[in-house]
Formats: sequence, C-alpha cells, structure tokens
Amino acid sequence: MRKYIAFFRLRFSMGLQYRAAALAGIVTQFVWGTMEILMFRAFYQADAAAFPMSFQSTCAYVWMQQAFLALFMAWMMENEIFDSIVNGNISYELCRPINVYNMWFSRSLANRLSKALLRSVPILLVAAFLPAPYGLMRPASFSAFLLFLITLLLGLGVTVAFCMLVYMVSFFTISSVGVRMVAVSVVEFFSGGTIPLPFFPEPVRQVLELLPFASMQNVPLRIYSGDLSGTPMRHAIFLQMFWLFALAALGRCLDVLAMKKITIQGG
Amino acid sequence: MKLYGKFFMIHLKSIMEYKTSFILTCIGQFLVSFNVFLGMYFMFQRFSNVEGFTYNEVLLCFGITLMEFSLAESFARGFDNFPSIIKSGEFDRIMVRPRNEILQVLGSRVEFSRIGRILQAVVMFCYGFAVSGIQWTWGKIITVIFMLIGGTAVFSGLFLIYASICFFTLEGLEFMNIFTDGAKEYGKYPVSIYGRTVFWLCTFVVPYALIQYYPLLSLLGRGKPSYSLLPLAACLFLVPCLFLWKMGVRHYGSAGS
Repeated sequence: MRKYIAFFRLRFSMGLQYRAAALAGIVTQFVWGTMEILMFRAFYQADAAAFPMSFQSTCAYVWMQQAFLALFMAWMMENEIFDSIVNGNISYELCRPINVYNMWFSRSLANRLSKALLRSVPILLVAAFLPAPYGLMRPASFSAFLLFLITLLLGLGVTVAFCMLVYMVSFFTISSVGVRMVAVSVVEFFSGGTIPLPFFPEPVRQVLELLPFASMQNVPLRIYSGDLSGTPMRHAIFLQMFWLFALAALGRCLDVLAMKKITIQGG
Repeated sequence: MKLYGKFFMIHLKSIMEYKTSFILTCIGQFLVSFNVFLGMYFMFQRFSNVEGFTYNEVLLCFGITLMEFSLAESFARGFDNFPSIIKSGEFDRIMVRPRNEILQVLGSRVEFSRIGRILQAVVMFCYGFAVSGIQWTWGKIITVIFMLIGGTAVFSGLFLIYASICFFTLEGLEFMNIFTDGAKEYGKYPVSIYGRTVFWLCTFVVPYALIQYYPLLSLLGRGKPSYSLLPLAACLFLVPCLFLWKMGVRHYGSAGS
C-alpha cells in the first residue's frame, strides 16, 4: 500500500506544477460554463414549465461540472500509458515489484485530483459571486455538502476504474485510438456531460440511471444542486459503490489475463 | 494550388498504409459529433421551440454550421500543429523555400481522419435540408453556398489567428479553442438565443452571426433578402487575420536548433 501512496504523492505534486496551463484552462472553462448557462436560459424562457430542474440548480450543476471537469472527463486519459504499451516502455514497469493495475490507478487518481484542485477553486469563487440565478448557490445543508464530497470521490473512483478498463483493453488491441474514442463519447453522453440526465425523457432516464456512467458526475453534481435527495439518493450512492467494485474487479481480471499473454512491442 | 494538390495526395497515400486504425478513428469522430445531435434531439423532446426557432430550423442551422466548420477544419487544420513547427525551427526551412508560407503550412498536415466528422456534417446537412420544409429557390440555394464560403473563411481565419499568435508566444493558446471548437459546439443553436451581449460580440468581433443567424433568417423567409449577402461580408474577416499573420512572420526570430 505504501508504494502506491508514494506514487500518488509523486504524481500529485507533479500535476500541481503546471499552473500556466491551468490558468488557460480556467478561462476556457469559464467561457464554456457561461455559454452553457445562456443556452439553458434560452430554453427556460421558451418553456419554464417543461424544465425538469429549477433554473438555479441547473446553473449550480453547470458550474460544478466545469470546476471539477478534470475529475470526470473520460478524454483526460494518460497518453503516457498508451505510449508505453505501443513503444515497449511498459517492460520497465513490469520489472518493478508492483502491480501495474494498482499503480496506474493511484497515478490516475492523483493526476485528476491535482488538476481539479488547481482549476476548481478560482472557478468556484467567481461563480459564487455571480448574481442570484446564474451563480453557484450554497449547498442545501451541511450534510448535503458532506454527501456531495463523498459521492464526488466515489464518482472519481468509478471514472478512473472505467478508464483503467480502456488501458487494459489496449494491451490486447495495441492501437488504442478507436477504442478510446468510442469509450469517451459513450461516457460523455451517458454520464450527463452533454445534457444533464434529468433532461432526458423519463423512460430513457430510468435505464440510464442504472448504468455505471450515471455513477460518475451525475450523482455528486445533482446532490449538490439539491436535485437528488432522500431514497433515490441512497440508491444512487449504493449503485456508485457497486459499480466501483464491479469495474475494479473486471479491471483486475483483465489485468491478470493481459499479464499472462503480454507481448512487448518496440525494439 | 497544384502544389497543395500534391501535398494532399502525399498525405492520402501515407494514411492509407494504416487502414484499420484509420477506419476506427473515423467511426470515433463520427460518434463524437453524433452526441451533440442526440443531446439536441432530447432537448427538443421536452421543449417545442427556443427563441422562436423550432427543432427543424435549429437542425438546419446545426447542419450548416457543422459543415462550415468541417470544411475549414479539413483544409486549415494544418495550423493546428503550427506550435511544433515553430518550436522545432521547421519554419526556417519553410521561409527559405520560394513558395507562399501559408500554403506550405497548410500542406504540412491534411487531416483525413476528419472524414468521419465531415461525413457526419454531410449527413446532418442533408437531414437538416430534408426536414426544414423550405421552398427551395435558386436564391436560397445561392444563400447556402454563400454561407458555406463565408463560414469556411471565418473558421480558417480563426485557425490563422491561432497560428499567428504562436509567433509571439511560441506556444499554442488553449483559449483559442473557445472561438473554434466552442463556436462549433454552441453554433448548433442560432447565436441570438445566447442573449444580447453574446450576440453583439458574435456580430462585430468575430462575425459568427453573419455566417449563421442572418442568412438563416433569410432562408426561413423571416429576414430581409439582403441578409443573404452578409456571409460574403464575413469573408472580410480574413483581412485582419492575414495582416496579423504577416506581422507575425516579420516578428519571427527563429527558434529551435
């Protein structure tokens, strides 16, 4: 366990180094958030009754999504890992007395957390001071905020576990481009990245909420905005834990399989 | 032009060496922009119109914008890896050749994997046309052609600005994505829905409204007929872009070794 914590700390402080890149990212995300909210406003003005969340919670959802983008966006996978599989550098990793799956898992966690930490604070600060319906509202209660933090971490776990599956699959396919693109667009759509899940029609939404993708950003963002509470919330958290274990277990199986028949590329 | 054709063929041949990867990438590209369409579809399941635009009208707008962007992207995305050309000192070699610099940068990379996205743009474009329920006249067809020309010009101009800034910073700037990818993403809806300030910016700073909102109105028979000519005015956007490029080339002090 200590080895993996060391990996985590190493990556975490590495991620904190890129402050200029983070600044550029913050500006971009702020503009994206603004445009997103303006778009929802247009729909809200067109037909307020058909709006499935309150406008204020939608704004909170959008700002939180932008602030914690680095935690949940599937396209932020690590190129280094894919490269090492293609060019054979993976052999160095395999020589070490550690498990590849666990190491990459802790590494991805650290990368995402450090990126999110750098970017989220300024976005949240600015969003909190925007005028009433457009800004970021305060969480409903202290316990809701705590639950938000817990589900945020669980959601991060599910996201990373899913990305790990893609890494593992690329042991078998070598070229990862295609798998990656398909995986990324599926996650983006089904996790509520394109439009929040409550905006889907009822029957579609009920199916989507059971999928692992709904356990990523959907749960924490909606708990914060007060859209998810009571029994449905407990179910959602339970599902999050289930998917975290299921995806991780599947990843470990693939890991064992891949290690048995791995071919080192390059030369 | 002949030279660009030659660059084009070289890239086509090199990409065809890796067929499977190429096809998978195309499918991926197709899926990525398909998401946007699905998102719109589900939004309009719930809402009947936005700012007076119905689903079919928004689809037409989306199809045309996507088409404009894809056209510009497949030809001008060579500017995308311009930062690396600058950093490695490759640009010195380009400068000493007796050909136009822009042409050479354009030819340095032609993105065939974008075919998936272009294919999607074509599909959306046709679908938008089919469901729009517009009585097509010659005037309207010419308007669409003007929109495509103007749109390609504006997006190419933005790519050119992105590259020109590299002369000064040596590094690509991430926030330029707002103007290119962001415009594609949010250009799916007519720009008027984003409120007065954004609309004003999109008319006078970067002329998105001229290639999208105004001619769309004239297509739908709601605007003045003279709106059809506005996309051509948007081509003027290329002038300051080219000026910035020239300034950049003059400022260029070489880098790399």
